[in-house]
Amino acid sequence: MDGSIGSLTRRKFLVTGMTASGGLAVGISALPRLAGAATVSATPWDDDGTAANELDAWIAIDPDDSVLIRYQRSEMGQGSMTALIMCVAEELQCDWSKVRTEYASANRSIREHNVYGDQASVGSRTVRESHLLMQRIGANARERLIQAAAARWQVPTGECAAANSVVTHQPSGKQLRFGELVGDAAKLKLNHEPAIKEPPQYTLIGQPTKRVDVPLKVNGTAIYGIDIKVPGMLFAAIESCPVPTGKLASVDESPVQGMRGVVKVVKLPDAVAVVADRYWRAKQALAKLEPEWSTGALATTDSAQFSSTYRAVVETPGAVARNNGDTGQAIAGAATKLDAVYEVPYLAHATMEPLNATAYWQADRLDIWVGTQMANNTLKGLAGILKLKPEQVHVHNAFLGGGFGRRGGIDEGLQAAFVSRAVGKPVKLVWSREQDMRHDRYRPMAVIKLQAGLDAGGKPVALFARTAVGSLFRGMGLGKMVKNGVEPMAIDALATNPYDIANQRIEVHLKDTHIPVSFWRSVGASQNAFFLESFIDEMAHAAGKDPVAFRRAMLGHRPDWMKVLDTLAEKSNWGTPMAPGKGRGIGITECFGSVVGCVAEIDLTPQGKLKVERVVYAIDCGHAVNPLTVAEQLEGGTIFGLTAALFGKISVKNGAIEQGNFDSYQMVRLAQAPRTEVHLALTGGKKWGGVGEPGTAPIAPAVANAIFAVTGKRIRRLPLMDQDLTTRTASL
Amino acid sequence: MISLTVNGKSYQFDLEPETPLLWVLRDEIGLTGTKYGCGIAECGACTVEIDGRAMRSCSAPIGALDGAHVVTIEGLSPDASHPVQKAWIEEDVPQCGYCQSGQIMAVAAFLKNNPNPTDDEINANITNICRCGTYERLRRGIHRAAALMKA
Ligand code: FES
Ligand code: FES
Repeated sequence: MDGSIGSLTRRKFLVTGMTASGGLAVGISALPRLAGAATVSATPWDDDGTAANELDAWIAIDPDDSVLIRYQRSEMGQGSMTALIMCVAEELQCDWSKVRTEYASANRSIREHNVYGDQASVGSRTVRESHLLMQRIGANARERLIQAAAARWQVPTGECAAANSVVTHQPSGKQLRFGELVGDAAKLKLNHEPAIKEPPQYTLIGQPTKRVDVPLKVNGTAIYGIDIKVPGMLFAAIESCPVPTGKLASVDESPVQGMRGVVKVVKLPDAVAVVADRYWRAKQALAKLEPEWSTGALATTDSAQFSSTYRAVVETPGAVARNNGDTGQAIAGAATKLDAVYEVPYLAHATMEPLNATAYWQADRLDIWVGTQMANNTLKGLAGILKLKPEQVHVHNAFLGGGFGRRGGIDEGLQAAFVSRAVGKPVKLVWSREQDMRHDRYRPMAVIKLQAGLDAGGKPVALFARTAVGSLFRGMGLGKMVKNGVEPMAIDALATNPYDIANQRIEVHLKDTHIPVSFWRSVGASQNAFFLESFIDEMAHAAGKDPVAFRRAMLGHRPDWMKVLDTLAEKSNWGTPMAPGKGRGIGITECFGSVVGCVAEIDLTPQGKLKVERVVYAIDCGHAVNPLTVAEQLEGGTIFGLTAALFGKISVKNGAIEQGNFDSYQMVRLAQAPRTEVHLALTGGKKWGGVGEPGTAPIAPAVANAIFAVTGKRIRRLPLMDQDLTTRTASL
Repeated sequence: MISLTVNGKSYQFDLEPETPLLWVLRDEIGLTGTKYGCGIAECGACTVEIDGRAMRSCSAPIGALDGAHVVTIEGLSPDASHPVQKAWIEEDVPQCGYCQSGQIMAVAAFLKNNPNPTDDEINANITNICRCGTYERLRRGIHRAAALMKA
């Protein structure tokens, strides 16, 4: 293990700490750089947040013309690290093979007046909300490099142009490399911001581009939070009160006294941690403790109670989120009436890398090494709770082994900080899989009552929905943002539906339990697309119409929805006959600014054995900076949504989460993964939609609707593994 | 003392024999490419090669491995030139990447014995979890790696 750091000054410790992990980065540089590819360091954070040869806080150019472009958000597999630096390079006119990137420092942003702005990677907004900023940063830098060259040559700037990291004086052919100009350019300030390219002028944006982080992820060198090494660090394992919101009453420490390597038992208000010289020893010792928890009446609650409570609630009036016409009257007078209740359970994020954080809390400084989706909120959140000045908190953001909305909080960072303080040393705190699964902030359970009316011709005249779902705002401590009993996440992909139905009323009950809830990939659409798109399918069948034609008839005013729908119909061969036992279903929704839909093809045996064989996706995200990433995110989103549809269920018994690991919370594996194809149905213009999350939403209704097509059974509850999908009794 | 050869280097450990190989690799040797995902042999993130066979190192106590030869992702090739690694780069397989060391080690061992795998054989043998859902590209990567191995 690493030696003592007692004799080192703090500054020196940090430098040493950086070298200890940076040593791995040195190992990487020995690898051949992929020809033509930009790169990223294995340790993507920068401890100090500054570099030599800076043009500004975003860009540095070394004498050899290699360009550092800082990426202000997080990389969790969604590919935005590549996409955003493409946007800078598009305007900078630099050689893409000489670009490298690293995370922009949240601490520097504090020191320099929020220079990096919003650093969050949430809401599928990394690219759609930053691409303009990044293009402007690149354009501004390019113009300053051109001005610096023109000044050196004493020629008008208009005679100079930049390409491939070189500025050329066109009349004379004289050239200067970016690396020779950076010192001068850094001193310049432009009088006005240069224009940026319009989409038809893009040369890099829109090209399928290999992600910069991939080479580090095929040889084990990418450093995730869990891989951090800090000299002198100890390890901690932790167990929280099994009943969320419960507290630690007491713990007898004697079972771990004298165990090899055990340093200390640390009591937190709602958890107990064991610190040891090795993680495995900490984990073993923790398992020997039998903490007493105080949980009160919550310890008698379970999922069945929650379900019946929610089902009762949706029979009572809720807060009105949308009201067009007179839905009650329209349904009363309708030729055909539909009425159904749907339900979905809590879901865990189960990121592949369990939550973890490494902290070193010294008298006047806190260092946190963590993979976070929100570096600047982590910094501010920790500073606020721990009563530190923001500039005293240093967040070193690592690669994230999955985020999906889970890595937006500070649960693990706070715990690591307290444990570090308790032992006076750097501590790496790692949640076991069981801790991670039982102490998630879950996708809320939800129940919805749906009603519809069709006229005699099968045309929908009314849609009524009343949902009961946990409040994400309240879950995050932002209850004030709930307005008149409604929050946007509860009604996303529900009240926002574009279907041309004259009478619509959407009501909401924000109904909480003690189970904490938060954002989960695709958020409100994760349940609402299933509810609405399944119910639309019910309406189509009740009307005796084809599900695609039925939707088209309600979408004439939305060319983007029509384009996605038509692409799906064409690419999936919608309407062509299928073999017995096989069927197709469709789902389409709008999520984070993108219209996305899919057609699922299934094979279902009479004994109820289901296989999703092929999925065809189409998305309109307006523009695609990196089409390769768009396809990858939809492919991945499919599996995330399919896992939830087939297996996803977090259930509660005696107030605690029942599932603890992948044996009880199953995941789709290769054998269950359908062939997936993705088609871009881009409408361009002003639309810039997200891509990280939308793909998760439409797969559940597509599969459920395909099941109906095969069996005539309507699926109104997930997961499918709990539903009877048989069509005749299996012969023994 | 327990002796192990890891990526060609010999090590001796004075550790509790029930310590899983996973934590020996990560915390004693510092080879953090091998990942912890579940600790119960369900996910495969910790897959390494032990004496030529792909094994889930979270469930392999080192007491049973005295004298074993272990290869981790860091030792699969010196320069990411193993056909599976090349195929993974060409197909842009990893997303978050956390499962991929284990996927690559499982596929490398599988292809040694199955140079011409069918999709069914792949499905039956490659059972590691990828929470990011990279299976579409993973499947393509396996076929490409098989082709590269023959080239
Ligand atoms: S960590 Fe070993 S199989 Fe999951
Ligand atoms: S790439 Fe993220 S878990 Fe597989």
